[in-house]
Amino acid sequence: MYRFLWRRLPGGTVLRLAVVLLLSGAAMAALWYVVFPWLAPRVPIG
Amino acid sequence: MRAVTRVIGELCLPVGLVLLLFYAYLLWGTSAETEREQRVLQRRLGEVFGRHDGHAGPGPGLGAVRLGDALALLRIPRLGAHYRFAVVEGVGPAELRKGPGHYPGTALPGQLGNFVLSGHRTTYAAPFNRIDELRRGDDIVVDARDARYTYEVARKEVVDPGEVDVVDPVPDHPGRRPTTAMMTMTTCHPEFSAAQRLIVQSVLVRREERHH
Repeated sequence: MYRFLWRRLPGGTVLRLAVVLLLSGAAMAALWYVVFPWLAPRVPIG
Repeated sequence: MRAVTRVIGELCLPVGLVLLLFYAYLLWGTSAETEREQRVLQRRLGEVFGRHDGHAGPGPGLGAVRLGDALALLRIPRLGAHYRFAVVEGVGPAELRKGPGHYPGTALPGQLGNFVLSGHRTTYAAPFNRIDELRRGDDIVVDARDARYTYEVARKEVVDPGEVDVVDPVPDHPGRRPTTAMMTMTTCHPEFSAAQRLIVQSVLVRREERHH
């Protein structure tokens, strides 16, 4: 799967790596600043 | 079939990473949120304490505090010289995110009856994480808007969440009229769970006017 996705990315190794880092960074930021603050109060730990 | 199994296996990696990230958020992210809120609340309380009449500017003063507003500054010497939390009004998730909360309708600091606080045991800076270490006779200092109140720990207990008698004006005696000023801190027990409640009850022993 990861090999397949990697081949679908445009450009050479450097550009692909940059795209991967950018996308995963954006996903982590969305989780940290939007999804988790919403989810945390719903987790039943005191 | 084999391809499907492989994709499922490969998906476990990002899922595991997201779970790890969420765990990190619960540990550090929530505490950072609370510390940010506490800085604002404690600064605001400092401004109130600096005034002579104890009123927070124009509008309602003593007693009338809006949900989420700072009510008092809580200090517990047993838990360290740097232990201080601004107590907010209200015990909903939005208020407990900011710090320990005062159950609306229960006594205010120093009043006859039961001044009831709820706070996180874990996450959100975990204000009540270590209240299990308190011992009988330990001081709990509450800087309210009008004066400084010192309570002394009298009782510590683990109860079921349904045992709400502990927050009555006279603990365990619903309907009875209070003759002493009590304080009850409640938090989750055991840590990282919400199965039971740890409660620490204290009795008012001192009232000091604030010096200006």
